[in-house]
Amino acid sequence: MTAAAIEPAHFQGVTVAVDRTARALVVDDVTKVFRQGPGLIGRLRGKTQERKRTVAVDHVSFVVDRGEIFGVLGPNGTGKSTLIRLMSTLLMPDTGHVTIFGLDVEKDEFRVKRLINRVSVEASFFKKLSPMENLMYGARLYSVNPDYARRRATEILGRLGVEKESIHSPMEDMSRGMQQKVAIARAFLTAPVLLLLDEPTTGLDPHSKREVQAAVLEIRDTHDATVVLTTHDMQEADELCDRIAIVDKGRIVALGTPVALKEMVRTPAEPLPSLEDVFLRLTGKKLEDADKEAETK
Amino acid sequence: MSLAYYELKASYAFVERNINLVKRYWGWELVWMLYTIANSLAVVLIARGANDAAGVSQGGGFNDVQIDKLVLFLAIGALVWHYLAVVFQTVSEMISWERWEGTIEYTFMAPVRRGTHMVGTAVFSLVYGLLHTAVVLVIVVLVFHLDMGNANYVSATAILMAGSLSLVGIGIMGAVLPLLYPERGVEMTHVIQAALVLISGVYITASKMPEPLATISIFSPATYVIGGIRSALIDGEGFSQLWPTMLGLIASGLVMIPLGVMVFSAGERYAKRTGKLKRSG
Repeated sequence: MTAAAIEPAHFQGVTVAVDRTARALVVDDVTKVFRQGPGLIGRLRGKTQERKRTVAVDHVSFVVDRGEIFGVLGPNGTGKSTLIRLMSTLLMPDTGHVTIFGLDVEKDEFRVKRLINRVSVEASFFKKLSPMENLMYGARLYSVNPDYARRRATEILGRLGVEKESIHSPMEDMSRGMQQKVAIARAFLTAPVLLLLDEPTTGLDPHSKREVQAAVLEIRDTHDATVVLTTHDMQEADELCDRIAIVDKGRIVALGTPVALKEMVRTPAEPLPSLEDVFLRLTGKKLEDADKEAETK
Repeated sequence: MSLAYYELKASYAFVERNINLVKRYWGWELVWMLYTIANSLAVVLIARGANDAAGVSQGGGFNDVQIDKLVLFLAIGALVWHYLAVVFQTVSEMISWERWEGTIEYTFMAPVRRGTHMVGTAVFSLVYGLLHTAVVLVIVVLVFHLDMGNANYVSATAILMAGSLSLVGIGIMGAVLPLLYPERGVEMTHVIQAALVLISGVYITASKMPEPLATISIFSPATYVIGGIRSALIDGEGFSQLWPTMLGLIASGLVMIPLGVMVFSAGERYAKRTGKLKRSG
């Protein structure tokens, strides 16, 4: 087994040695259940029963190889974001294990944190601060050299199409699309070896969506990064992902390359179906309907 | 370079971020400053009107020297409490602020130890609290022409710094409340703050409070900070008289800060098990 340091020169502090031969991500029989107890008053009245129990992730297992773009496709409320949070050290699994380049996210939490970064559907920032101030905050947290970070942030934001005059203005003045580009830049700045993208293009206009998608491909190709992308955009999953896991009600119902998934449900007489058809045939419902069902719950 | 050096550098992220936030929210900072000045002046005015409020005619109540001493007594209580409250609030609200902005998950998934996170927040709170209080002090001194001729500023500052450690520890413990109770956690930290004001002899000598408050006040570090600073600024006491108080405050801080970090870390683990990090209040 060979272990190679992945720490770029501009990082300061502890170097995290990564086993390059290990799988980029292993999710092994992971379950996460959210429970709502009877509350303080209920407990005082002797109630012990849970008010609500939601199985967000139900015995999920998959493996992602280094350099892959792995898609998790499914409707809202089906556990995609919970999966990303489990990989991000923000949640602890009830059962099973998540390992990133051989490091367990619970036992090796601090080292794992240096290898990952995440872009979520909400571009979460200090809204009064400028993109540069927000990015410098992120850079310092990840021990990126401040001088390098300033230069690199300007460069990445420029390449993502963020105008120069916006870089030092409050984030609250920017459109959602622009804010999402800054979120992408924040993740790129720390050069993660595993990039977790949780519906990064949801709500973006088609032009911004294409720019973000191009940036995802670029980080995979130029930074040797592995990408996990959750989405409910069939076309995006089809175009970007090397392999896709289709999830429904917290479980993986199918996993494979986009072509393999289409072949799986194709009847001999018909042309290759779309991913929408794949989802319909595997779950018995349209993705749009499943989204509406989740919203009304 | 040692790990401690890099952790210290990482803690500057929180100092720089908070400085930037203060600059961007300068309008609110101004409002907050005016509010604090008005509050402090209102408290100190109680001393000026003590004879009238008690219905004592001229010559029968406090004389001018006693009134001046009461003004100084209340002014020190108000100012020291303001400083301690800023330190406590800045530390205890580090979570609620991030929840409000929606950045909490990004801060918690960054490779920064929670101790480092808290050191950065605490350093900012101490500097910010000192600057804020200094401005209010100057205005109170100018308005009330306080006689500070007898004051020992060096020992007063030393007591303030030593006492801040415990307040930082209590603040870190308080920060667990917004972490675990996104909807009402901030209000709960305000309850802690109000309880500390009540039991710490801010506007009355702690030992003269009615029971059981007088007994409870023994356990509040703020009691010794306020009492020590009064001794330094009113009676001019120096290190030779105040060293037992200082040592006690330092010892209390050395217990409270690690205890605070332990309580917070346990709260963080619980939040990660139950999914409470994600909810915004």
